[in-house]
Amino acid sequence: MTDYTDTELMIVRAAKELEDGDITLVGVGVPNIACNLAKRTHAPDLEMIYESGTIGSNPSKLPLSIGDPVLATGARSVVPMIESFEYYLQAGRIDVGFLGGAQIDRWGSLNSTVIGDYEDPTVRLPGSGGACEIASNTHRTVVIMPHSQRRFPEEVDFVTSPGYVGGREGRKQLGLRGGPAAVITDKAVMGFDDDGEMIVESLHPNVTTAAVLDATGWDIQFAEDVAETTPPTDHEINLIRTELDPNGIYTGDSSG
Amino acid sequence: MTKRYEMDEAISKAVSDGEQVYFGGFTHLIPFAAGHEIIRQGQKDLEVVRTTPDLIFDQLIAAGCASKLTFSYAGNPGVGSLRGFRRAVEDGVPHEIAIEEYSHFGLVSRLAAGAKGLPFAPLQSYRGSSYLEHNESIRTIENPYDEGPNELAVVPALSPDVAIVRAQRADAEGNAHLWGITGEVVEAAFAAETVVLVVEEVVDRNVIRSDPNRTRIPGTVVDYVVEEPYGSHPSYAQGYYDRDNEAYLEWDKISQSHESTRDWLDEWVYSVANRTEYLEKLDTGRFLNLQPGTGFATTIDMGAY
Repeated sequence: MTDYTDTELMIVRAAKELEDGDITLVGVGVPNIACNLAKRTHAPDLEMIYESGTIGSNPSKLPLSIGDPVLATGARSVVPMIESFEYYLQAGRIDVGFLGGAQIDRWGSLNSTVIGDYEDPTVRLPGSGGACEIASNTHRTVVIMPHSQRRFPEEVDFVTSPGYVGGREGRKQLGLRGGPAAVITDKAVMGFDDDGEMIVESLHPNVTTAAVLDATGWDIQFAEDVAETTPPTDHEINLIRTELDPNGIYTGDSSG
Repeated sequence: MTKRYEMDEAISKAVSDGEQVYFGGFTHLIPFAAGHEIIRQGQKDLEVVRTTPDLIFDQLIAAGCASKLTFSYAGNPGVGSLRGFRRAVEDGVPHEIAIEEYSHFGLVSRLAAGAKGLPFAPLQSYRGSSYLEHNESIRTIENPYDEGPNELAVVPALSPDVAIVRAQRADAEGNAHLWGITGEVVEAAFAAETVVLVVEEVVDRNVIRSDPNRTRIPGTVVDYVVEEPYGSHPSYAQGYYDRDNEAYLEWDKISQSHESTRDWLDEWVYSVANRTEYLEKLDTGRFLNLQPGTGFATTIDMGAY
Protein backbone atom coordinates (compact mmCIF):
# COMPACT_ATOMS: atom_id res chain seq x y z
CA MET A 1 0.00 0.00 0.00
CA THR A 2 1.19 3.52 -0.83
CA ASP A 3 2.46 5.59 2.08
CA TYR A 4 0.28 8.59 2.74
CA THR A 5 0.68 11.87 4.59
CA ASP A 6 -1.49 13.17 7.44
CA THR A 7 -2.98 15.72 5.06
CA GLU A 8 -3.89 13.05 2.53
CA LEU A 9 -5.57 11.00 5.24
CA MET A 10 -7.59 14.05 6.32
CA ILE A 11 -8.64 14.74 2.73
CA VAL A 12 -9.78 11.17 2.13
CA ARG A 13 -11.62 10.99 5.46
CA ALA A 14 -13.30 14.36 4.82
CA ALA A 15 -14.44 13.20 1.38
CA LYS A 16 -16.32 10.36 3.09
CA GLU A 17 -18.43 12.89 4.99
CA LEU A 18 -20.02 13.85 1.69
CA GLU A 19 -22.96 11.96 0.23
CA ASP A 20 -23.83 11.79 -3.42
CA GLY A 21 -26.22 14.61 -4.27
CA ASP A 22 -25.13 16.79 -1.36
CA ILE A 23 -24.94 20.51 -1.98
CA THR A 24 -21.72 21.63 -0.40
CA LEU A 25 -20.07 24.94 0.29
CA VAL A 26 -16.42 24.42 -0.51
CA GLY A 27 -13.38 26.19 0.86
CA VAL A 28 -10.03 26.39 -0.91
CA GLY A 29 -7.17 24.06 -0.15
CA VAL A 30 -7.82 20.79 1.62
CA PRO A 31 -11.67 20.98 1.55
CA ASN A 32 -11.56 21.71 -2.17
CA ILE A 33 -9.47 18.60 -2.79
CA ALA A 34 -11.76 16.54 -0.53
CA CYS A 35 -14.85 17.66 -2.48
CA ASN A 36 -13.24 16.98 -5.84
CA LEU A 37 -12.10 13.57 -4.58
CA ALA A 38 -15.64 12.71 -3.48
CA LYS A 39 -16.96 13.84 -6.86
CA ARG A 40 -14.54 11.52 -8.65
CA THR A 41 -15.29 8.55 -6.40
CA HIS A 42 -18.56 7.96 -4.55
CA ALA A 43 -20.38 11.29 -5.09
CA PRO A 44 -20.42 12.21 -8.80
CA ASP A 45 -23.52 14.35 -8.31
CA LEU A 46 -22.02 16.48 -5.55
CA GLU A 47 -22.97 20.11 -6.17
CA MET A 48 -20.11 22.47 -5.30
CA ILE A 49 -20.88 26.05 -4.31
CA TYR A 50 -18.24 28.65 -3.43
CA GLU A 51 -18.96 31.69 -1.29
CA SER A 52 -17.84 33.90 -4.18
CA GLY A 53 -21.19 32.99 -5.74
CA THR A 54 -20.29 30.22 -8.16
CA ILE A 55 -23.03 27.59 -8.06
CA GLY A 56 -22.36 24.08 -9.36
CA SER A 57 -18.68 24.66 -10.10
CA ASN A 58 -16.72 21.96 -11.85
CA PRO A 59 -13.17 23.32 -11.87
CA SER A 60 -10.86 21.89 -14.55
CA LYS A 61 -7.84 22.62 -12.34
CA LEU A 62 -7.09 23.37 -8.70
CA PRO A 63 -8.09 26.95 -7.84
CA LEU A 64 -5.71 28.95 -5.65
CA SER A 65 -8.55 31.08 -4.29
CA ILE A 66 -12.32 30.78 -3.94
CA GLY A 67 -12.70 33.53 -6.53
CA ASP A 68 -10.67 31.97 -9.35
CA PRO A 69 -12.15 32.20 -12.88
CA VAL A 70 -11.97 28.41 -13.24
CA LEU A 71 -14.84 28.23 -10.73
CA ALA A 72 -17.07 30.46 -12.85
CA THR A 73 -16.39 28.99 -16.29
CA GLY A 74 -18.77 26.09 -16.90
CA ALA A 75 -20.62 26.54 -13.60
CA ARG A 76 -24.34 25.96 -13.36
CA SER A 77 -24.80 29.60 -12.37
CA VAL A 78 -22.86 32.55 -11.03
CA VAL A 79 -24.69 34.85 -8.64
CA PRO A 80 -23.79 38.00 -6.68
CA MET A 81 -22.54 37.37 -3.14
CA ILE A 82 -25.72 38.76 -1.63
CA GLU A 83 -27.65 36.04 -3.44
CA SER A 84 -25.30 33.18 -2.57
CA PHE A 85 -25.52 34.15 1.09
CA GLU A 86 -29.26 34.95 1.15
CA TYR A 87 -30.94 32.55 -1.25
CA TYR A 88 -28.60 29.60 -0.93
CA LEU A 89 -26.94 29.70 2.49
CA GLN A 90 -29.27 31.56 4.82
CA ALA A 91 -32.38 30.00 3.30
CA GLY A 92 -31.06 26.53 4.14
CA ARG A 93 -30.24 25.29 0.62
CA ILE A 94 -26.75 24.08 1.47
CA ASP A 95 -26.24 20.70 3.12
CA VAL A 96 -22.58 20.71 4.11
CA GLY A 97 -19.99 23.39 4.78
CA PHE A 98 -16.29 22.95 5.41
CA LEU A 99 -14.55 24.97 8.08
CA GLY A 100 -11.14 25.28 9.63
CA GLY A 101 -9.68 27.63 12.18
CA ALA A 102 -6.85 28.40 14.52
CA GLN A 103 -8.77 27.12 17.55
CA ILE A 104 -11.74 24.86 18.33
CA ASP A 105 -13.36 24.23 21.71
CA ARG A 106 -15.24 21.27 23.16
CA TRP A 107 -18.57 22.53 21.76
CA GLY A 108 -17.16 22.86 18.26
CA SER A 109 -16.95 26.66 18.20
CA LEU A 110 -14.16 27.89 15.97
CA ASN A 111 -11.87 30.91 16.12
CA SER A 112 -10.37 32.34 12.95
CA THR A 113 -10.22 35.95 14.17
CA VAL A 114 -7.54 36.62 16.81
CA ILE A 115 -5.20 34.88 19.22
CA GLY A 116 -5.16 36.84 22.47
CA ASP A 117 -7.14 39.95 23.25
CA TYR A 118 -9.33 41.27 20.43
CA GLU A 119 -8.27 44.88 20.98
CA ASP A 120 -4.58 44.05 21.34
CA PRO A 121 -4.07 40.72 19.57
CA THR A 122 -0.99 38.53 19.79
CA VAL A 123 -1.80 37.19 16.34
CA ARG A 124 -4.27 38.79 14.02
CA LEU A 125 -5.90 36.11 11.85
CA PRO A 126 -7.89 36.80 8.66
CA GLY A 127 -11.33 36.79 10.33
CA SER A 128 -14.59 35.20 9.29
CA GLY A 129 -15.01 35.65 5.60
CA GLY A 130 -18.12 33.52 5.22
CA ALA A 131 -17.25 31.16 8.08
CA CYS A 132 -19.70 32.65 10.62
CA GLU A 133 -22.54 32.23 8.11
CA ILE A 134 -21.48 28.75 7.03
CA ALA A 135 -21.39 27.62 10.67
CA SER A 136 -24.79 29.20 11.35
CA ASN A 137 -26.76 28.14 8.28
CA THR A 138 -25.63 24.86 6.70
CA HIS A 139 -27.28 21.63 7.79
CA ARG A 140 -23.95 20.25 8.97
CA THR A 141 -20.34 21.37 9.02
CA VAL A 142 -17.14 19.38 8.71
CA VAL A 143 -14.06 20.81 10.39
CA ILE A 144 -10.55 19.97 9.22
CA MET A 145 -7.57 21.12 11.28
CA PRO A 146 -4.36 19.92 12.91
CA HIS A 147 -4.66 18.55 16.44
CA SER A 148 -2.62 20.27 19.18
CA GLN A 149 -3.01 21.75 22.68
CA ARG A 150 -2.73 25.22 21.21
CA ARG A 151 -5.49 24.60 18.69
CA PHE A 152 -7.82 22.68 21.02
CA PRO A 153 -8.13 24.98 24.05
CA GLU A 154 -10.78 24.69 26.75
CA GLU A 155 -12.17 27.98 25.49
CA VAL A 156 -11.48 29.78 22.20
CA ASP A 157 -10.25 33.41 22.29
CA PHE A 158 -13.01 34.56 19.92
CA VAL A 159 -16.05 32.68 18.62
CA THR A 160 -15.97 33.38 14.89
CA SER A 161 -18.12 30.38 13.96
CA PRO A 162 -20.51 29.14 16.65
CA GLY A 163 -20.71 25.42 17.39
CA TYR A 164 -23.10 23.95 19.97
CA VAL A 165 -23.14 27.16 22.01
CA GLY A 166 -25.13 26.33 25.15
CA GLY A 167 -25.39 22.71 23.97
CA ARG A 168 -27.56 21.41 21.13
CA GLU A 169 -30.63 22.98 22.68
CA GLY A 170 -28.93 26.35 23.21
CA ARG A 171 -27.82 26.39 19.60
CA LYS A 172 -31.37 25.74 18.45
CA GLN A 173 -32.71 28.54 20.63
CA LEU A 174 -30.32 30.97 18.98
CA GLY A 175 -32.02 30.16 15.69
CA LEU A 176 -28.95 28.42 14.29
CA ARG A 177 -29.31 25.50 11.90
CA GLY A 178 -27.26 22.30 11.89
CA GLY A 179 -23.93 22.36 13.69
CA PRO A 180 -20.59 20.58 13.49
CA ALA A 181 -20.94 16.94 12.46
CA ALA A 182 -17.29 15.89 12.33
CA VAL A 183 -13.88 17.23 13.27
CA ILE A 184 -11.10 15.59 11.29
CA THR A 185 -7.55 16.10 12.50
CA ASP A 186 -4.15 14.53 11.90
CA LYS A 187 -4.80 12.26 14.90
CA ALA A 188 -8.46 11.33 15.05
CA VAL A 189 -12.03 11.86 13.94
CA MET A 190 -14.41 13.43 16.44
CA GLY A 191 -18.20 13.68 16.45
CA PHE A 192 -20.55 15.34 18.94
CA ASP A 193 -22.72 13.62 21.57
CA ASP A 194 -26.36 14.24 22.43
CA ASP A 195 -25.45 17.35 24.42
CA GLY A 196 -23.27 18.72 21.64
CA GLU A 197 -19.92 17.93 23.26
CA MET A 198 -17.01 16.68 21.17
CA ILE A 199 -16.31 12.95 21.37
CA VAL A 200 -13.53 10.90 19.75
CA GLU A 201 -15.00 8.36 17.35
CA SER A 202 -11.95 6.97 15.62
CA LEU A 203 -8.19 7.13 16.04
CA HIS A 204 -5.93 7.23 13.01
CA PRO A 205 -3.58 4.25 12.54
CA ASN A 206 -0.70 4.33 15.09
CA VAL A 207 -2.29 7.12 17.16
CA THR A 208 -2.93 6.37 20.85
CA THR A 209 -5.63 7.62 23.18
CA ALA A 210 -2.89 9.26 25.24
CA ALA A 211 -1.64 11.20 22.21
CA VAL A 212 -5.11 12.65 21.62
CA LEU A 213 -5.58 13.51 25.30
CA ASP A 214 -2.17 15.15 25.27
CA ALA A 215 -3.06 17.29 22.25
CA THR A 216 -6.43 18.42 23.63
CA GLY A 217 -6.89 21.23 26.15
CA TRP A 218 -9.71 19.56 28.05
CA ASP A 219 -10.60 16.08 29.22
CA ILE A 220 -12.01 14.97 25.88
CA GLN A 221 -14.49 12.09 25.82
CA PHE A 222 -13.97 8.88 23.85
CA ALA A 223 -16.74 6.77 22.38
CA GLU A 224 -17.07 3.30 23.95
CA ASP A 225 -16.26 1.65 20.66
CA VAL A 226 -13.47 3.88 19.35
CA ALA A 227 -12.55 2.59 15.92
CA GLU A 228 -9.42 2.89 13.81
CA THR A 229 -9.78 5.36 10.95
CA THR A 230 -9.80 3.56 7.62
CA PRO A 231 -6.59 4.47 5.78
CA PRO A 232 -6.73 5.85 2.22
CA THR A 233 -6.70 3.41 -0.68
CA ASP A 234 -4.04 3.47 -3.39
CA HIS A 235 -6.68 4.70 -5.83
CA GLU A 236 -7.56 7.67 -3.61
CA ILE A 237 -3.93 8.63 -3.06
CA ASN A 238 -3.24 8.28 -6.74
CA LEU A 239 -6.14 10.60 -7.64
CA ILE A 240 -4.90 13.24 -5.20
CA ARG A 241 -1.30 13.09 -6.41
CA THR A 242 -1.84 12.83 -10.14
CA GLU A 243 -5.04 14.79 -10.73
CA LEU A 244 -6.25 16.87 -7.81
CA ASP A 245 -3.05 18.43 -6.48
CA PRO A 246 -0.31 17.32 -8.89
CA ASN A 247 2.08 20.03 -7.74
CA GLY A 248 1.55 19.24 -4.09
CA ILE A 249 0.44 22.79 -3.32
CA TYR A 250 -1.79 21.67 -0.47
CA THR A 251 -0.61 18.12 0.10
CA GLY A 252 3.14 18.59 -0.21
CA ASP A 253 3.85 18.22 3.49
CA SER A 254 2.36 16.26 6.35
CA SER A 255 1.88 19.13 8.78
CA GLY A 256 -1.61 19.96 7.54
CA MET B 1 -23.42 62.32 -22.02
CA THR B 2 -19.86 61.09 -21.87
CA LYS B 3 -18.29 60.59 -18.47
CA ARG B 4 -14.91 59.49 -19.76
CA TYR B 5 -11.84 60.56 -17.83
CA GLU B 6 -8.23 59.55 -17.56
CA MET B 7 -7.46 57.70 -14.31
CA ASP B 8 -5.48 60.52 -12.67
CA GLU B 9 -8.21 63.06 -13.27
CA ALA B 10 -11.02 60.75 -12.14
CA ILE B 11 -9.23 59.90 -8.90
CA SER B 12 -8.26 63.49 -8.07
CA LYS B 13 -11.85 64.64 -8.64
CA ALA B 14 -13.57 61.72 -6.89
CA VAL B 15 -11.41 60.93 -3.85
CA SER B 16 -10.62 63.45 -1.10
CA ASP B 17 -8.69 63.10 2.15
CA GLY B 18 -10.69 61.61 5.02
CA GLU B 19 -13.32 59.94 2.86
CA GLN B 20 -14.77 56.46 3.04
CA VAL B 21 -13.80 54.57 -0.11
CA TYR B 22 -15.14 51.15 -1.11
CA PHE B 23 -12.99 49.06 -3.44
CA GLY B 24 -15.29 46.60 -5.22
CA GLY B 25 -14.58 43.13 -6.59
CA PHE B 26 -14.45 39.77 -4.87
CA THR B 27 -11.08 38.31 -5.95
CA HIS B 28 -12.21 39.18 -9.50
CA LEU B 29 -11.94 42.71 -10.97
CA ILE B 30 -10.07 44.28 -8.07
CA PRO B 31 -9.31 47.93 -8.89
CA PHE B 32 -5.52 47.79 -8.55
CA ALA B 33 -4.80 50.55 -11.09
CA ALA B 34 -7.12 52.95 -9.26
CA GLY B 35 -5.58 52.01 -5.90
CA HIS B 36 -2.10 52.70 -7.26
CA GLU B 37 -3.24 56.10 -8.54
CA ILE B 38 -4.52 56.96 -5.03
CA ILE B 39 -1.11 55.98 -3.65
CA ARG B 40 0.65 58.20 -6.21
CA GLN B 41 -1.63 61.13 -5.47
CA GLY B 42 -1.18 60.57 -1.73
CA GLN B 43 -4.74 60.92 -0.47
CA LYS B 44 -4.66 60.63 3.31
CA ASP B 45 -6.73 59.44 6.21
CA LEU B 46 -9.05 57.30 4.10
CA GLU B 47 -11.39 54.71 5.53
CA VAL B 48 -10.83 51.95 3.03
CA VAL B 49 -13.51 49.29 2.80
CA ARG B 50 -13.76 45.95 1.02
CA THR B 51 -14.75 42.39 1.89
CA THR B 52 -11.29 40.99 1.21
CA PRO B 53 -8.58 43.62 1.77
CA ASP B 54 -6.21 41.77 -0.59
CA LEU B 55 -2.76 43.05 -1.59
CA ILE B 56 -4.14 46.46 -2.58
CA PHE B 57 -4.87 47.25 1.08
CA ASP B 58 -1.39 46.13 2.19
CA GLN B 59 -0.15 48.65 -0.38
CA LEU B 60 -2.50 51.47 0.68
CA ILE B 61 -1.59 50.87 4.35
CA ALA B 62 2.16 50.84 3.66
CA ALA B 63 1.81 54.04 1.60
CA GLY B 64 0.12 55.76 4.55
CA CYS B 65 -3.19 56.44 2.75
CA ALA B 66 -5.46 54.57 5.16
CA SER B 67 -6.36 55.38 8.76
CA LYS B 68 -9.21 52.90 9.04
CA LEU B 69 -9.96 49.56 7.48
CA THR B 70 -13.41 47.98 7.33
CA PHE B 71 -13.38 44.39 6.09
CA SER B 72 -14.58 40.81 6.46
CA TYR B 73 -11.58 38.66 5.50
CA ALA B 74 -8.05 39.99 5.79
CA GLY B 75 -5.89 37.34 4.17
CA ASN B 76 -3.83 36.90 1.03
CA PRO B 77 -6.46 34.75 -0.73
CA GLY B 78 -5.22 31.21 -1.19
CA VAL B 79 -1.77 32.06 0.18
CA GLY B 80 -1.99 32.98 3.85
CA SER B 81 -1.49 36.11 5.94
CA LEU B 82 -1.90 39.66 4.74
CA ARG B 83 1.34 40.87 6.25
CA GLY B 84 1.01 44.65 5.88
CA PHE B 85 -2.42 44.52 7.48
CA ARG B 86 -1.07 42.38 10.34
CA ARG B 87 1.86 44.75 10.97
CA ALA B 88 -0.56 47.67 11.26
CA VAL B 89 -2.97 45.84 13.58
CA GLU B 90 -0.46 43.93 15.72
CA ASP B 91 2.42 46.42 15.90
CA GLY B 92 1.11 49.78 14.63
CA VAL B 93 3.52 49.75 11.64
CA PRO B 94 3.75 52.13 9.81
CA HIS B 95 1.09 53.63 12.09
CA GLU B 96 -1.89 52.58 14.18
CA ILE B 97 -4.96 51.77 12.16
CA ALA B 98 -8.58 51.49 13.26
CA ILE B 99 -10.49 48.40 12.18
CA GLU B 100 -14.17 47.58 11.90
CA GLU B 101 -14.87 43.96 11.21
CA TYR B 102 -17.77 41.93 9.84
CA SER B 103 -18.31 38.58 8.19
CA HIS B 104 -18.76 38.53 4.40
CA PHE B 105 -22.53 38.42 4.61
CA GLY B 106 -22.55 41.20 7.21
CA LEU B 107 -20.51 43.59 5.08
CA VAL B 108 -22.33 42.75 1.84
CA SER B 109 -25.67 43.16 3.66
CA ARG B 110 -24.54 46.62 4.78
CA LEU B 111 -23.95 47.61 1.16
CA ALA B 112 -27.25 46.11 0.04
CA ALA B 113 -29.08 48.13 2.73
CA GLY B 114 -27.25 51.26 1.51
CA ALA B 115 -28.21 50.45 -2.07
CA LYS B 116 -31.85 49.96 -1.04
CA GLY B 117 -32.06 53.11 1.03
CA LEU B 118 -32.85 51.20 4.22
CA PRO B 119 -31.20 52.05 7.56
CA PHE B 120 -30.16 48.47 8.36
CA ALA B 121 -30.33 44.86 7.24
CA PRO B 122 -31.35 41.82 9.32
CA LEU B 123 -29.40 38.60 8.94
CA GLN B 124 -29.16 35.14 10.38
CA SER B 125 -25.57 35.44 11.59
CA TYR B 126 -23.60 36.54 14.66
CA ARG B 127 -25.88 35.01 17.30
CA GLY B 128 -23.71 32.79 19.46
CA SER B 129 -20.54 34.44 18.14
CA SER B 130 -18.19 37.00 19.74
CA TYR B 131 -18.93 39.73 17.16
CA LEU B 132 -21.73 41.20 19.24
CA GLU B 133 -19.23 41.92 22.05
CA HIS B 134 -16.60 43.53 19.83
CA ASN B 135 -18.43 45.52 17.18
CA GLU B 136 -21.06 47.89 18.56
CA SER B 137 -22.48 48.42 15.06
CA ILE B 138 -23.67 44.81 15.03
CA ARG B 139 -26.83 44.69 17.13
CA THR B 140 -29.88 42.51 17.63
CA ILE B 141 -33.58 43.27 17.21
CA GLU B 142 -36.65 41.43 18.32
CA ASN B 143 -38.44 39.62 15.51
CA PRO B 144 -41.75 41.53 15.18
CA TYR B 145 -43.47 38.46 13.72
CA ASP B 146 -44.39 35.05 15.09
CA GLU B 147 -42.47 32.94 12.58
CA GLY B 148 -38.72 32.43 12.87
CA PRO B 149 -36.24 33.12 15.66
CA ASN B 150 -37.15 35.56 18.45
CA GLU B 151 -34.13 37.71 17.79
CA LEU B 152 -32.09 38.63 14.72
CA ALA B 153 -28.77 40.37 14.19
CA VAL B 154 -28.77 43.62 12.25
CA VAL B 155 -26.03 45.63 10.56
CA PRO B 156 -26.21 49.32 9.63
CA ALA B 157 -26.47 50.50 6.02
CA LEU B 158 -23.20 51.43 4.34
CA SER B 159 -23.22 54.31 1.86
CA PRO B 160 -19.57 55.02 1.09
CA ASP B 161 -18.51 58.45 -0.13
CA VAL B 162 -16.88 56.78 -3.11
CA ALA B 163 -17.00 53.32 -4.68
CA ILE B 164 -14.35 52.30 -7.16
CA VAL B 165 -15.65 49.38 -9.18
CA ARG B 166 -14.52 47.55 -12.27
CA ALA B 167 -16.35 45.79 -15.08
CA GLN B 168 -15.31 44.25 -18.38
CA ARG B 169 -16.88 46.86 -20.61
CA ALA B 170 -19.11 49.92 -20.59
CA ASP B 171 -20.25 52.66 -22.90
CA ALA B 172 -19.12 56.24 -22.36
CA GLU B 173 -22.17 56.92 -20.18
CA GLY B 174 -21.14 54.20 -17.74
CA ASN B 175 -23.62 51.44 -18.57
CA ALA B 176 -21.53 48.42 -17.70
CA HIS B 177 -21.55 44.79 -18.75
CA LEU B 178 -20.27 42.56 -16.03
CA TRP B 179 -19.81 38.77 -16.03
CA GLY B 180 -18.05 36.04 -14.12
CA ILE B 181 -17.93 36.47 -10.33
CA THR B 182 -19.74 39.75 -9.64
CA GLY B 183 -19.22 39.68 -5.87
CA GLU B 184 -20.53 42.88 -4.30
CA VAL B 185 -19.73 45.20 -7.21
CA VAL B 186 -23.34 46.06 -8.08
CA GLU B 187 -24.32 46.71 -4.45
CA ALA B 188 -21.28 48.96 -3.98
CA ALA B 189 -22.13 50.99 -7.08
CA PHE B 190 -25.74 51.52 -5.97
CA ALA B 191 -24.76 52.29 -2.36
CA ALA B 192 -22.07 54.92 -2.94
CA GLU B 193 -22.45 58.68 -3.34
CA THR B 194 -19.83 58.83 -6.09
CA VAL B 195 -18.91 55.97 -8.41
CA VAL B 196 -15.69 55.59 -10.38
CA LEU B 197 -16.15 52.83 -12.95
CA VAL B 198 -12.96 51.43 -14.47
CA VAL B 199 -13.37 49.07 -17.44
CA GLU B 200 -11.23 46.93 -19.68
CA GLU B 201 -12.74 48.64 -22.70
CA VAL B 202 -15.19 51.38 -23.55
CA VAL B 203 -17.56 50.16 -26.25
CA ASP B 204 -20.28 51.63 -28.42
CA ARG B 205 -23.66 52.00 -26.72
CA ASN B 206 -25.14 49.53 -29.23
CA VAL B 207 -22.96 46.77 -27.79
CA ILE B 208 -24.45 47.41 -24.37
CA ARG B 209 -28.00 47.75 -25.68
CA SER B 210 -27.69 44.45 -27.59
CA ASP B 211 -27.59 42.53 -24.30
CA PRO B 212 -29.41 44.53 -21.61
CA ASN B 213 -29.57 41.63 -19.13
CA ARG B 214 -25.79 41.80 -18.82
CA THR B 215 -25.87 45.48 -17.84
CA ARG B 216 -25.43 45.14 -14.09
CA ILE B 217 -24.39 48.73 -13.44
CA PRO B 218 -26.51 51.44 -15.07
CA GLY B 219 -24.82 54.68 -16.13
CA THR B 220 -27.31 56.58 -13.98
CA VAL B 221 -25.31 55.68 -10.85
CA VAL B 222 -21.87 56.22 -12.43
CA ASP B 223 -19.92 59.50 -12.25
CA TYR B 224 -16.60 58.68 -13.89
CA VAL B 225 -15.77 56.14 -16.60
CA VAL B 226 -12.11 55.20 -17.03
CA GLU B 227 -10.80 52.81 -19.67
CA GLU B 228 -7.85 50.93 -18.22
CA PRO B 229 -6.92 47.63 -19.90
CA TYR B 230 -5.35 45.18 -17.43
CA GLY B 231 -6.40 47.55 -14.67
CA SER B 232 -6.99 44.65 -12.29
CA HIS B 233 -3.62 42.90 -12.55
CA PRO B 234 -2.62 40.85 -10.50
CA SER B 235 -6.34 40.20 -9.98
CA TYR B 236 -8.18 39.26 -13.16
CA ALA B 237 -10.97 40.06 -15.59
CA GLN B 238 -13.03 37.04 -16.66
CA GLY B 239 -12.50 36.35 -20.35
CA TYR B 240 -9.70 38.95 -20.66
CA TYR B 241 -6.88 37.64 -18.45
CA ASP B 242 -6.33 35.17 -15.63
CA ARG B 243 -5.46 35.84 -12.01
CA ASP B 244 -1.69 36.15 -11.67
CA ASN B 245 -1.37 33.58 -8.89
CA GLU B 246 2.43 33.87 -8.99
CA ALA B 247 2.14 37.52 -8.00
CA TYR B 248 0.02 36.58 -4.99
CA LEU B 249 2.60 34.00 -3.94
CA GLU B 250 5.43 36.52 -4.52
CA TRP B 251 3.63 39.11 -2.41
CA ASP B 252 4.08 36.83 0.59
CA LYS B 253 7.83 37.49 0.28
CA ILE B 254 7.69 41.11 -0.88
CA SER B 255 5.51 42.04 2.10
CA GLN B 256 7.78 40.36 4.68
CA SER B 257 8.76 43.80 6.04
CA HIS B 258 7.47 47.35 5.82
CA GLU B 259 10.76 48.32 4.13
CA SER B 260 10.53 45.67 1.42
CA THR B 261 6.91 46.68 0.81
CA ARG B 262 7.98 50.33 0.47
CA ASP B 263 10.72 49.29 -1.96
CA TRP B 264 8.12 47.53 -4.07
CA LEU B 265 5.89 50.63 -4.02
CA ASP B 266 8.86 52.77 -5.09
CA GLU B 267 9.52 50.53 -8.03
CA TRP B 268 6.01 49.63 -9.19
CA VAL B 269 3.85 52.55 -8.14
CA TYR B 270 5.79 55.76 -7.45
CA SER B 271 8.31 55.25 -10.27
CA VAL B 272 5.68 54.69 -12.94
CA ALA B 273 3.42 57.49 -14.11
CA ASN B 274 0.37 55.38 -14.84
CA ARG B 275 -0.93 51.90 -15.63
CA THR B 276 0.53 51.93 -19.13
CA GLU B 277 4.04 52.33 -17.72
CA TYR B 278 3.34 49.61 -15.15
CA LEU B 279 2.34 47.25 -17.95
CA GLU B 280 5.39 48.16 -20.04
CA LYS B 281 7.56 47.37 -17.03
CA LEU B 282 6.03 43.91 -16.58
CA ASP B 283 7.46 41.13 -18.70
CA THR B 284 5.19 40.64 -21.72
CA GLY B 285 5.65 36.88 -21.37
CA ARG B 286 3.83 37.18 -18.09
CA PHE B 287 0.76 38.52 -19.83
CA LEU B 288 0.90 35.85 -22.50
CA ASN B 289 0.77 33.23 -19.75
CA LEU B 290 -2.33 34.86 -18.33
CA GLN B 291 -4.32 34.74 -21.57
CA PRO B 292 -7.26 32.35 -21.28
CA GLY B 293 -8.56 30.26 -24.15
CA THR B 294 -11.86 31.32 -25.62
CA GLY B 295 -15.11 30.09 -24.14
CA PHE B 296 -17.88 32.00 -25.84
CA ALA B 297 -21.34 31.96 -24.31
CA THR B 298 -23.88 30.81 -26.86
CA THR B 299 -25.46 33.78 -28.56
CA ILE B 300 -28.96 34.62 -27.42
CA ASP B 301 -31.67 36.09 -29.60
CA MET B 302 -33.22 39.18 -28.01
CA GLY B 303 -35.52 39.40 -30.96
CA ALA B 304 -36.20 42.52 -32.98
CA TYR B 305 -39.46 44.13 -31.91
